[in-house]
Order: sequence, then C-alpha cells, then structure tokens
Amino acid sequence: MRREIPLAITVFVGFLLIISVFFPPVETLGEDFSLSFDIIAVFAFFLGGGNLIRIHLKKLARRETDWMFSIVTLGGFILMLTAGLLKIGNPGDIATSVNTEGMLFESIYRSVFVPLGATMYALLAFFVASASYRAFRAKNREATILLVAAFIILMGSTPLGAMATSWMPESLSIFEIPNLAVWIMSYANLAGQRAIIIGIGLGVVSMSLRLILGVERSYLGKEG
Amino acid sequence: MNRIGIIVFAGVCVLFVTSWFLKGSVGDATMTEGFLITLSAFLTLAIMSFLYKDNPYYKFAEHLFVGVSAAFWMTMGFWSTIVGNLIPRISDSLGAWFLQPKGEINYFFLLPIFFGFLLLMRLAPKGGWLSRWPLAFIIGTTAGLNFVRYLRSDFINQISATFVPLVVDWQGFGHFFGNLSLSATGPLVAMVGNFVIFGGVICGLIYFFFSKEHTGWFGTASRIGIWVLMVTFGASFGYTVMGRISLLVGRLTFLLRDWLELMT
Repeated sequence: MRREIPLAITVFVGFLLIISVFFPPVETLGEDFSLSFDIIAVFAFFLGGGNLIRIHLKKLARRETDWMFSIVTLGGFILMLTAGLLKIGNPGDIATSVNTEGMLFESIYRSVFVPLGATMYALLAFFVASASYRAFRAKNREATILLVAAFIILMGSTPLGAMATSWMPESLSIFEIPNLAVWIMSYANLAGQRAIIIGIGLGVVSMSLRLILGVERSYLGKEG
Repeated sequence: MNRIGIIVFAGVCVLFVTSWFLKGSVGDATMTEGFLITLSAFLTLAIMSFLYKDNPYYKFAEHLFVGVSAAFWMTMGFWSTIVGNLIPRISDSLGAWFLQPKGEINYFFLLPIFFGFLLLMRLAPKGGWLSRWPLAFIIGTTAGLNFVRYLRSDFINQISATFVPLVVDWQGFGHFFGNLSLSATGPLVAMVGNFVIFGGVICGLIYFFFSKEHTGWFGTASRIGIWVLMVTFGASFGYTVMGRISLLVGRLTFLLRDWLELMT
C-alpha cells in the first residue's frame, strides 16, 4: 500500500493532464494543477526550513565542529522569517508587498541577501578563470574550436574587440569581432543548442512516459 | 581563537563601527542607512576573503546566506502563492482579511493543502512514508504537463524552426555574384548561417545517435556534430564568464562608489 497508492496517484494525474489537452472543456486543468504544484512547493520550502532548524539545533546540541556558525544560520533565518511573515516596518496595510521600501524584510534583502548572493556568484569568475587555465589546452581540434569560440564571444563584448577590427571594409565586416560573435551566437551556437534541446525534449518525453506508465518507480524509494 | 585572530577580529569590529558612524553621519544619511551599507560592504568582503583561504569571516557570511535565503523563499512563497493565489480561491472571508481581490471559489485547491501537510510529515518521527503521496502528485503533474509541453516546444517547434531557407534574398545568379561580399548584413553570410543551422542540427543529432556505428559518412557527420557542439559549449562558456565578471564589476562598483565613495 505504501508504494501502490503513490503509484496510482502519479499514473492518474499524468494521464488526466495528457487527456485534458484533447478536451477543451477541461483545458484549464493544466493551470489548476500547475498552481497546485506551486502550493505544494511552498510547503516544500517550509519543510526545508524545518529541516534546516532541526539540523542546526542538533549541531548546536552536540557541539559539533563550527557549531557557533549554526547560531548565525538560525539567527538569520528567524530574523528574516519574522520580518517577512509579520511584515515588520510595513508602511501600508496587510496587502502591501513584502518588498516595499521601509520594511525590515526589504532592508535585509537589499543589504544581506543581494550582496551575499551576487558576491558568491562573482567569486565564481575567479574559479572559472583558474579552472579554465588548468583545463583548457588546445590539444586537439575540438578543444581549439571551443577555445576560439569562447575567445571570440568574450572579445566581441569588449571595446577592445571592436577596436581591434574596426578598420575592416564593409565588404568584410563579418570578420569584425563583434559581428563574428553575433554570427556565432545566432547561427553556429543556435545549431548546437537546438540539437541539445531536441535531445532534451526527447529525453523528457520518454521519461514522462516511463513515469506515467509506472515503469519508472525509483522516486517511490524502498519498500517500507 | 589565537592571539592574531583576536587582533584581526578587533580590527574588523573597529573598522565596522567607524564605517557605520562615518556613513551614517554624512549628508542626509541616517545611522540605519550607514549600518546597512557598512553591513553590505563587510559581507561582500567576507565572501571575497575566501580567495585567500577558508576563514571564519567567510563561514559567517556563508551560514548567514543559508539562513536568510531559506527564510526569503519561505516568505515569498507564503505571501505570493499561499496568500496571493490560494486563499482567495478557498475562502472569501480569509481573502477579505488579507485584503486580496475576490476570486472564484474552487475547493479543488484543498487537495494541494492536504498534500502539503502530508509533505510536512517527513519531519515527523513516524508516518514519513505519507510524504510519498504529495511527491507522487508532483511527479505526476510534472510528467503530464511536460509530456505535451516539451513535445511541442522542444521537439516539434525546434525541428520546424530548423527548416530555414538555404537561399536568402535570391534575385538571380547575376545579381548574386555581382554583389558578392562578406558583409555582416549581406545575403551570402545569411545563407551560410542558415546552412550551418540546418546542417549543424542534423550533424549534432547524428552525434547523439548511438544505435549506428559512427563510421563512414555517418562518422564524418558525427564529427562535424562534435565541432558544432564545441562552438556551442565555447559560446556558453564565454557568456558564463562574462556574466560572472559583470557581477564582480557590480560588487566592486558598490565597494568603491557606494561604500568608499572613491568613484562618482
């Protein structure tokens, strides 16, 4: 029963949504299920929050390595959650957006969440540069093509790239680096992307079929 | 914490307080604004300090980010999805209390609430297996919606878009050879581009087709497919690096202009 009911739910919902495409009176079923998906996703956020509290409280209780930082995580979590759910500093009524200037939630978002997120991703620039220096070598034809394409795209977006080839006549303007970068993005890159997208589409369709027909059951976990 | 660590920590605290008071007392700025700008700057520097090596300041910022981002998504989900979309559909009085526009009542949406609570059973010591029901609902919904969506957008539409005219702006051989140029906006470049799209997609797909040995003409097409894919990966790599660098420039601009006021 612990596996049969979930399997039945998947098969029923999957078939229902596919069939609804062919019957205009129930066409909106897809939108209702999409919203239901979003609602369950919010509960999943709450599950994640609950799990975060549980893990860090356990870490604190056991005085595990770096347990002091768990206080930071829990403190940040509780402060942000309280500020957001209670709309602390709300200049308007309850319908006012939580991102309105003046609210504590918005201040934390602007001064903590945004700078931390942006700097984390910005940091990757250094690691990508370091990794590409180590990994990228024009050892063969394929690697050379990759390197040249990346170089043209990077140069094409800089003033140096435009300056270096701006002397070219109009009849050869495709060889100006910014034009070449646009051409690569619009044609060669598009062809590769499209081949990958078609492959992904086929993969998703076949996986969806496996799930709906009950062939794929790994998401149900082990019996028990 | 050793002696050097304590000295560094004390120095950071002094710098923080100094920056707070300086930023808060300049012009029209309030002490709260001074504190928030200083906090942003120090958190930015704390993350950047990882370039030297892993250290307590980075760990502090990292742990803070985890807590704050989890709460951020929970709050956004609650106000936008639960209050904004769900409540007006299941209760008029609750919707009115939250000052939401009146929606059409649909009791179907009690089902995701039920599944949502079942999902939270995962936190309970017993009955965690019940969380498979909402998971099954999510997977069924994703499979049902994606089956049609991907078949349309990622398969049929992509194939349809691949069949582009290989001859562009054709006005006869005389006109074509008379105006032959490699201008970026000329017909020859567009023709070559369309040929690359058509041939590139076919060759790329051949590379992913493993039911036939890649030898002879099939192997040649497969090899061309790899080259096309390499261009795609190179372009994606270039774009990723550019995106990261622009974020870095944004953070450096914040530090130099908004915090230190060294730039205008």
